[in-house]
Amino acid sequence: MTQAHAQRADPLPDTKTPLLRWEGLSVPLPTGADRPFAVEGLSLELNRNEVLCLVGESGSGKSVTALATMGLLKGEMSRTAGAIHFGGQDLTSLTPDARRTLTGAQLSMVFQEPIASLNPFYTAGAQVSETIRTHSAASKAEVYDKVLSLFDEVRLPNPAQIYRAYPHELSGGQCQRVMIASALALDPAVLIADEPTTALDVTTQAQILNLMLALRDNHETGILFITHDFGVVSEIADRVAVMRHGELVEVGLREQILTDPQHEYTKALLAAVPKLAPRAARPVTGDPVLEVGGLSKTYRSGGFLSRSRREVKAVTDANLDIRRGETLGVVGESGSGKTTLSQCIIRMVEPSEGQVQIAGQDFLALHGADLRAARRRVQIIFQDPYTSLDPRQKIGDAIAEGPVIHGTSVGEATQLSHDLLAAVGLDPSAAERYPHEFSGGQRQRICIARALALQPDLLIADESVSALDVSVQAQILKLLSDIQEERGFAMLFVTHDLRVASQVCDRICVMQQGRIVETGAPDQLFANAQQDYTRTLLAAVPGATRVFG
Amino acid sequence: MRGRINPITAIAATFLVLVAVFSIFGHFLTPHDPYQHNLLSRLVGPAWTEEGSSEFLLGTDRLGRDLLSRLIVGMQMSVGVALLGTMIGAVVGTTVGFISGHFEGWVDNVLMMIVDIQLSLPFILIALTLLAFFGNSLTLFILLMGMFGWETYARLARGLVLSAKRQAYSAAIVSLGATSARLYGRHILPNIASALIVQLTLTVPAIILLETALSFLGLGVQPPNTSLGQILGEGRDYLGSAWWIAVFPGLLIFSITLSVGVVGDALRDRFDPTLKTRRT
Repeated sequence: MTQAHAQRADPLPDTKTPLLRWEGLSVPLPTGADRPFAVEGLSLELNRNEVLCLVGESGSGKSVTALATMGLLKGEMSRTAGAIHFGGQDLTSLTPDARRTLTGAQLSMVFQEPIASLNPFYTAGAQVSETIRTHSAASKAEVYDKVLSLFDEVRLPNPAQIYRAYPHELSGGQCQRVMIASALALDPAVLIADEPTTALDVTTQAQILNLMLALRDNHETGILFITHDFGVVSEIADRVAVMRHGELVEVGLREQILTDPQHEYTKALLAAVPKLAPRAARPVTGDPVLEVGGLSKTYRSGGFLSRSRREVKAVTDANLDIRRGETLGVVGESGSGKTTLSQCIIRMVEPSEGQVQIAGQDFLALHGADLRAARRRVQIIFQDPYTSLDPRQKIGDAIAEGPVIHGTSVGEATQLSHDLLAAVGLDPSAAERYPHEFSGGQRQRICIARALALQPDLLIADESVSALDVSVQAQILKLLSDIQEERGFAMLFVTHDLRVASQVCDRICVMQQGRIVETGAPDQLFANAQQDYTRTLLAAVPGATRVFG
Repeated sequence: MRGRINPITAIAATFLVLVAVFSIFGHFLTPHDPYQHNLLSRLVGPAWTEEGSSEFLLGTDRLGRDLLSRLIVGMQMSVGVALLGTMIGAVVGTTVGFISGHFEGWVDNVLMMIVDIQLSLPFILIALTLLAFFGNSLTLFILLMGMFGWETYARLARGLVLSAKRQAYSAAIVSLGATSARLYGRHILPNIASALIVQLTLTVPAIILLETALSFLGLGVQPPNTSLGQILGEGRDYLGSAWWIAVFPGLLIFSITLSVGVVGDALRDRFDPTLKTRRT
C-alpha cells in the first residue's frame, strides 16, 4: 500500500495549509422549509492527518455540509454561497466537470446505509474495481490485486471470496468495509464519512472506528467524520465541531470540547449522552405480569419439492419474567433474536413452542375475539416513529382508537386522548393534526400515548429510542420512566444500546444468536459479567469509560 | 391555500361537469330527435362550412340524423358504460387484491393464477367468445366491460396491501385489538386509495376506447342505441367526404379521456394529507 500512497495524484495542497477550508458556506433551503438556510455561514478547516468530527442533532446541517463539499446537492440547495477551498481552488466556482476532475480522485465519501450504497446487481469486487478503472489505466490483473490489497487493508476476511460476493451475501459491517475500500481505492486526500457506523452493531462499530484511525495514521488522510454520538467522538476525534440549526456553535480539540465545553448547547448535548451507569436499584415487589417459558421460534424455508430445507432458529428456549412496575431489558446485536422474541410475546409472530402468560392468562391459547380483547393488556412502541402511525389518521383519532375498539364511547375516548397528549407533553390541540406535522420525538410521544390509552399491563418498547437524537432520547426515556412510576405497568425494553438499557432497566437479558445467555441487574452485569459475549459487548460501547460534560 | 387550482385542472374539471350534465340530462338537451332519419338532409356539413346548414350545428350523418344530438346520446351511453364497467372492475379487483394480500399462501397463488390467465389472453378474444355464446345485450356488455381491468386492480391492490400490512402502523393497530375489517377498511384502504384512484382514471378512458373498438366491430352497443365508438365507426367510411362524422366523436373521446386523467392527478394530490401542508 505504501507504493500506492507514494503515487498520490496531484494537485495537492502543501502540508502546512489545511486540506479543506470552508469559508462562510451557506446552503439555502427550498421555500417553505422551517428555516431559510440548511447551513449558514460555516467557516471551518480540515487538516491533513486529522479526524474532524462534525457533531449535531438531526437537522443541524451536518450531512448537507458533506453533500455540499462533494458537490452532490440538487435543485435549489445547490445554489450555495461562500467558498470551499481545496487544492488551491474554490470548488464552488468551478464548473461541474472541472470540479469532478479536481475532486474525483481526491475527495471520497462513505454513507450511512452501507447496504443501500452498493449496487445489488454487481459483486463487491466489481464495484471497487470500477472505481479504480474509471480513474486509471491499470490492467485487469493489477486492478484485481489492488482490490484484494484494499480488502485486506480494511480487514475483510478472505478478500478473494469477498471479491466474488454480492452485497446481499455480506453483513452490514462487511458492506461498510467494502464501501470504505471503494472510497480508499484512489487514495483520497479527504474522506468524508457520514454516520458510517450508525447502522452497525457496537462490536462492528468499534472495528470500523479502529480502521478509520489506521487510515489517518497510515495515509495521512483528512477525515471529516459526521456523527451524532459523543461516545464515538470520544473514541475517534482529534478535533470536534458542533453544529446546531445550520450554524457552527463551537470548534475545539477533543479533550477541550468533551471536558470543558463553552457553549450551552454543547453542554446540553453532553449532558444528554447516555452513560453506561446502572440506575439506582429499586424494590420490585409487584405480581408477575409476563412469564415466558421455553419460548422458541424456528423459521423453515423450502417445501418438499425443494432440494434444501433450511431451518433458522430465531429464538431458542427463552425464559423470562417481569413483575408489575419492573423494567426488563433485552440487549443484543442485530440478528440476536430480540425483536422476534418481543413479536412472539405480542403474537405478531406465532411462536413455534413455549408458553407466554400475561397477568396469569395463557396468551398463546387465545384466538379470535378473545385474543383481540386480551391484546389491550400488551402494547408495543416501535423503533421507527415515521412508520408507526397511520399517515392518514389524525393524532387524536389514533390515540382514541384503542379505547373505541374496546367499547369506550367516542366522546370519552376523545377526552382521554386529550388528557394523554398532555401527559406525554404535547398540546391537546395536536389531536387535530396529522403525523407528518410532528418531529420524530413528538411522534414517539404520540405512540406512547396511543399505547397508554389502553392501560396495558405490559408495555414493550422495541428499540423505541434508537432512531432519536440524544437529547430527545433522554427526554423520551425520562417520560417512560415517569409514566411507569405513575401507572405501574411492566416494561420490556428491547435495545441494542447497553448505555440506554443501563439507565432504565432493573434487570437486563443479553441475547446472542437467539438465546438468552445472561440475565442480571445492570450493576452486577457490568461489574461481573459471566459470559465472554457480554464482556465483548461492554468493551465495544463507545466512550464506555468516559465521563462527559 | 387549498383554494388554488391549476387552470388546466379547472378547465378539465369544468369540461367533465359539462359531460356529466349532458350525460344525465341528455335526452332533454338534444336539438333534434337523434334517431329520426331524414334522407333529404343526408351528410350535411357543420353549420360554419360551405355544405352546412344552420339547422344542424355539427352536420348530419349518412341517414340525415343530427350529429350533435347523436353525440349527446352516444356520450350518455359511452360514459355510462365506462363508469359502470370501471366500478365493477374496481370493486371486484380491489376485493380480490385484499383477499390475496390478507391470506397470502395458496389463496394468493390461486387468485393470482387467475389474474395471470386473464392477462395472458387478449381481452377482445374473451369478449368475442362471450358475446358469441350469450348473444349481445346491454347488461352483458356492461358486465363484460367490468371484467376488463379487474385484474389490474387485483394486482395493484394486492401489492399495496402486502406492503401496507408490513408497516409498523398496521402492527400497532392489530395490537390495539382491531379486527381485520377495521385494519383494512379504516387504515389500509385510505392509505392505498390514491394509487387505486389513479388506476381508475386510467381504466375509464381504456374502457371508452375498448367500447369504441367493440362497437366498431359490431359487437358493442347495438342500434338503435348508439355510442361514441359506434358513431366513430360509422364515420370511418365517410372520412373523405364527410369528415365531421368521425372527427367530432373522436375529439370528444380524446377530450374526455384527457380530462379524466388531469382531474385524476389533481384528486390524488388533494387526497394526500402530506401534500396538503407542503403546498401551504
